[in-house]
Amino acid sequence: MKLTGAQALIKSLEQEQVEVMFGLPGGAILPVYDPLIESSIRHVLVRHEQGAGHMAEGYAHATGRPGVAMVTSGPAATNVVTPLCDAYMDSIPLVVITGQVPYAVIGTDAFQECDTVGITMPVTKHNWLVTDAQDVPRIVREAFHVATTGRPGPVLIDMPKDVSNQMMDWEWPEQVDLPGYKPTLKGHAKQIKDAARLMGEARQPVLYVGGGILKARAAEALRELAELTGFPVVTTLMARGAFPDDHPLCLGMPGMHGNFTAITAMQQSDLLIALGSRFDDRVTGKLDGFAPDAKIIHVDIDPAELGKVRRPDVPIVGDCRVVIEELVKAVRAEKAKKAWPDIDPWMRQLREWQERYPLVYEQIEDGPLKPQYVIDTLRDNTPDDTIVASGVGQHQMWTAQRWKFNHPYTWVNSGGLGTMGFAVPAAIGAKVGKPERMVWAVDGDGCFQMTAQELVTASAERIPVKVAILNNAYLGMVRQWQEMFYEERYSEVYLSPDLPDYVKWAEAMGCVAFRVDTPEDVEPTIQKANEVDDRPVVIDFHTDFREKVYPMIAAGTSNDQVILDPAHDPYAAGH
Amino acid sequence: MNGPVQHHILSVLVENKFGVLSRVSGLFARRGFNIVSLAVSPTEDERFSRMTIVVDAESAPLEQVTKQLNKLVPVIKIVELAPAEAVERELMLVTVKATADARSQITELASIFEAKIDDVGYESMTIMVAGAPTKLDAMTDLLQPFGIVELQRTGRIALPKLARRPARLRAVRTRSA
Ligand SMILES: Cc1ncc(C[n+]2csc(CCOP(=O)(O)OP(=O)(O)O)c2C)c(N)n1
Ligand SMILES: [Mg+2]
Repeated sequence: MKLTGAQALIKSLEQEQVEVMFGLPGGAILPVYDPLIESSIRHVLVRHEQGAGHMAEGYAHATGRPGVAMVTSGPAATNVVTPLCDAYMDSIPLVVITGQVPYAVIGTDAFQECDTVGITMPVTKHNWLVTDAQDVPRIVREAFHVATTGRPGPVLIDMPKDVSNQMMDWEWPEQVDLPGYKPTLKGHAKQIKDAARLMGEARQPVLYVGGGILKARAAEALRELAELTGFPVVTTLMARGAFPDDHPLCLGMPGMHGNFTAITAMQQSDLLIALGSRFDDRVTGKLDGFAPDAKIIHVDIDPAELGKVRRPDVPIVGDCRVVIEELVKAVRAEKAKKAWPDIDPWMRQLREWQERYPLVYEQIEDGPLKPQYVIDTLRDNTPDDTIVASGVGQHQMWTAQRWKFNHPYTWVNSGGLGTMGFAVPAAIGAKVGKPERMVWAVDGDGCFQMTAQELVTASAERIPVKVAILNNAYLGMVRQWQEMFYEERYSEVYLSPDLPDYVKWAEAMGCVAFRVDTPEDVEPTIQKANEVDDRPVVIDFHTDFREKVYPMIAAGTSNDQVILDPAHDPYAAGH
Repeated sequence: MNGPVQHHILSVLVENKFGVLSRVSGLFARRGFNIVSLAVSPTEDERFSRMTIVVDAESAPLEQVTKQLNKLVPVIKIVELAPAEAVERELMLVTVKATADARSQITELASIFEAKIDDVGYESMTIMVAGAPTKLDAMTDLLQPFGIVELQRTGRIALPKLARRPARLRAVRTRSA
């Protein structure tokens, strides 16, 4: 069968079972948009290419399938660099297709030429410049394989216009042949045994669970391991939902804005079992003071993570699900051999901390609306399996702290890169992937203004996402740092509560919109929003700008120095 | 390059494809690994090229360098050559001032080092010398007093020493994530 390179590209995507792609056409990608008309693939037309990338990420987060985005050359390609970097940091499988000027003129500074492969090399797992239409099926096959296997990540295919128009003989490759790419899935048997032995000696163990558990679809296996061992679990920002928050062994989130118990449990642990986590600086605080007495078992599919930051006593390269299943067997064997350690004193200590240091805030009846109150009320008035996406800032941390994530793949957020503007497009992508689920974005006013135009996309495509803006009129997280570490010298953080008028703006974009100023309006308005199912809804919550995120570990300090909310810290003087 | 060994030699087999060099050099720059020298050459199999990379041991733990390199899709295999147990060779071209009365001394020096005089000008000459990096260093030192006009070295290539006793040749995992 003779096809053009462009037809072969669309057909290859169909072969890869792509159902939906997010994109926006332009000159260099025109030939590929033409056969799309006949294709079974749904295309969501975005308003900005950054939106396409984040939608593809949200889709991948929620479904586990690779997200696909397609854009033209030059400025469109540079517009997807942020989502590529975001996906790279958070190991999200993405396949991004960019148009390119004709191969024949590459290197001449042609109109809308840019070195997309060069620019995206540091932020993709791999990328390809297609130089011959005959290579299209092979490259697409390789691209999906690389994006979705091993440690997942974004890949990019750069498609010059003349290659799109070139004729080729269609043939779908039977298999992928990449001699330099062979991820290890199975853990080393001896290492797994050693790990089980260490676990059988621990008195203060913690399962330190990262996003890798979700990537490996290992939530079930993790639960089995936790229940078998009785070890408590902390779930990092990337792993919220990987272990149910309502489980008695769940300690919640550690790290810079984690809760006291999760932070301190890690800090005082004698054995950290790191599963698909990477000792990020936001989790460890000052590295040389981190968990000084802990032995480390570190499981990751990416060998480079083992020993990158903290040298493990037992490194295990492999897929988290496969390794945990083996660990479960090894622990059973260990338990059969000898008495399992009594960790009751440790668990009692953890319970005591949990009681003494809960997350606290106070909503005064006639006082300003507290952001925490909004999040709690939203949490309590939405289905248990609601998918929540967030932006980056205080609202993100409050959501990560306070939401009860009882199911995997319900938390969609930008962890590694911390990309403001992620929430709205990511929520749209998640809703496209899981149309039967309720999807809420909890966004900041600053973040919302970065990518809000994608609500036009959502209205046009009838994608009924819901957005709660925690409008504190500030770049709140930056304000918090200026207040705490720059002597309240506020520099360029004020935004205004009503410029723009969020209700009018949302309505202009085809959404239903509400404004809420008082605590008593929160719940009824959420109820109203939940009833809308044919278009997006936006609620503009005007919240107290003074509220800060606690607990906090100041940057560069040790995790021993947890800063509690001074208003509620039993040991601090009043504020 | 005298003194204690402060470098690692990595012999990296890569797919002979467009852009591989920039992937490798970009990775080094991004991760803050310093390259002392880099040589790329075709191999006996045209699908592959070999990069001989000398890495500054101070700048990064070797383990991270090889693990990160292994993650590049076109990297097939990495072999670390312990400097003491590898045959390392390098080529140098050096132009040195050579007035009539210095010429014979320089020629004599060249013959001791088995160097070749490749070009002779009115008051300078260009010498080619190949061999172990330390030999090139020594030659450079001895030519210095005459006045070095220009000097170029290729960066080293290396192969493991053959097994008279078992070579300490460590094949780093060829897998990647
Ligand atoms: C694209 C981008 N620019 C800047 C930052 C730095 N930054 C982190 S949080 C934040 C404030 C976010 O403000 P807002 O969305 O209103 O959230 P809030 O903290 O007030 O909840 C800023 C500017 C960032 N993370 N991303
Ligand atoms: Mg704000």
